[in-house]
Amino acid sequence: MTYPPWLDDFLWTYQNVIHALGINGLLALSMYVVLAVGQLSLGQAAFMGLGAYSSALMTLKLHLPFFVVLPASCVVPALFALAIGVPTLRLSGVYLAIATIGLGEVLRAIYLNLDVLGGALGLSGIPQRTETWMIYLLLIVAIAVLWRVGHSRIGRAMEAMREDPNAAQVMGVNVQRYRLGALVASAVLAGVAGALGAHASNFIGPNEYGFEPAVTILSYALLGGIGTPFAPVLGAWILTLLPEVLRGFSDFRGVFNGLIIVLAVLFLPNGLLALRMKRRAA
Amino acid sequence: MTLLSTAGLTRKFAGLVAVDGVDMAVEVGSVHAVIGPNGAGKTTLFNLISGLVEPTSGSIDFNGNDISRLPVHARAGLGMARSFQNIRIFSAMTVLENVLTGLHSTITAGVGAIVLRLPGFHRAEKTAVERARMALELVGLSSKSELLAGALPYGDQRRLEIARAMAAHPRLLLLDEPAAGMNPAETSSLAALVRRIRDAGTTVLLVEHDMGFVMDISDAVTVLNFGRRIFHGPPGAIRQEPAVIEAYLGKKMAARLAARKDGQKAIAP
Ligand SMILES: Nc1ncnc2c1ncn2[C@@H]1O[C@H](COP(=O)(O)OP(=O)(O)OP(=O)(O)O)[C@@H](O)[C@H]1O
Ligand SMILES: [Mg+2]
Repeated sequence: MTYPPWLDDFLWTYQNVIHALGINGLLALSMYVVLAVGQLSLGQAAFMGLGAYSSALMTLKLHLPFFVVLPASCVVPALFALAIGVPTLRLSGVYLAIATIGLGEVLRAIYLNLDVLGGALGLSGIPQRTETWMIYLLLIVAIAVLWRVGHSRIGRAMEAMREDPNAAQVMGVNVQRYRLGALVASAVLAGVAGALGAHASNFIGPNEYGFEPAVTILSYALLGGIGTPFAPVLGAWILTLLPEVLRGFSDFRGVFNGLIIVLAVLFLPNGLLALRMKRRAA
Repeated sequence: MTLLSTAGLTRKFAGLVAVDGVDMAVEVGSVHAVIGPNGAGKTTLFNLISGLVEPTSGSIDFNGNDISRLPVHARAGLGMARSFQNIRIFSAMTVLENVLTGLHSTITAGVGAIVLRLPGFHRAEKTAVERARMALELVGLSSKSELLAGALPYGDQRRLEIARAMAAHPRLLLLDEPAAGMNPAETSSLAALVRRIRDAGTTVLLVEHDMGFVMDISDAVTVLNFGRRIFHGPPGAIRQEPAVIEAYLGKKMAARLAARKDGQKAIAP
């Protein structure tokens, strides 16, 4: 069955946007998890890149089936999150932010210089194994899990440590452990998003996971807010759809995201969806 | 029986010795006051006991365990709770949620039970909410449980801090200037609350500047000056202690008072 070129073109674009909405939603959640415990990471794109590259290699070199590759794609990002989190999380919040920026740059240099990772050309010929339903199933599961965790003692501990880490510790909250847990969970989400993205697009390259995408992911959560897990996803959807609507402006994406961050910080300190979550189930 | 004791407890801040070789023992079931002039090291002593500040030297024993190097959260698990001199409630959470946070280490449901909403999760939450409501009743905040904590008036925020600390029935409650900023009526209802807390089995260690309040409710008093312990004993004995009078009123005034007392004694018989 062949479509007329204009319809084919339309469907192709349409599918890309549908994929992007789901994957960026997962990335927004990965940002949310870190912000929700009062930390700032600029490594979400790096974690995503680790998921993308490791999963692409598993598919291309080891010929593993996707149902193995997808869950395994979170392993490498999670290990990196542990390696970065253990030394930095006992220090003040800036150290994690700086260390994660550093991680992104170091990884980019590695992708560029390692032949097995394709160098500047990246990895191409990745089979398209990602189905739309996989993306949205994972997005729904992630939202549901984060929603339930939010309505529990863990959610209360997270909000408490965001407001006053010392007071939270006095309440018996192991702040260190929650921060590390949040960073690892966020790396897992970003890694899976990276694997989904890699197997939806055929090609991945070193520049897709640098500083600029990291800032874009941060702007999802800043625009939407972190009151509930729905808020950052809404932010991601708006920022994913806007460039599609404003086609002519897509060159200014970076400027646009920067502007969103400034405006959100100035005028929407709690994001667009400022509703806060009730912290108990009963 | 001693619940908490410190031995040679010392903390230096860049040349300043905030707490200087303090030996102290707090008896089980007592209300123990720590007093002293501004900057005497009272809050630093509390921070050392609760673990927010690490000792430069010396040790802290709590209920038979050396807790000097124990992380803050683990001390809560052993039955220690506190309030802060400058109120530190979680202002964006509701009153009830604040108190539930105080029950954190008593709620045992794990991540699995939470995500799958297993019966254990619901049971643990229900018990916690019941205990939190009891703590709110203790301080008289039951009717405000669903309000945002940050919106409460000052006196209620102080009481909320006590409820949050009391929710898990700690062995030891540390109160740092609980009567600060309270009017006489509020202060006397606070004194009644402290007595109720003690009678319910929680030992209370408190810092307070209001001497009437201290004399009224404490079983023992420790006086600090420039980080050093200058008195330790029952409240009734403080007035006779020259070192304490000197710390509060200065050397000259203390000498004059002493002279007048001697004079009175000389005339009296
Ligand atoms: N984190 C810190 N860094 C440096 N100096 C500190 C620190 N904390 C306290 N100090 C100093 O230690 C001394 C004791 O302070 P502390 O707050 O313990 O006194 P306090 O008895 O509670 O006084 P107040 O009655 O005013 O509350 C003060 O000189 C204070 O400036
Ligand atoms: Mg003080």
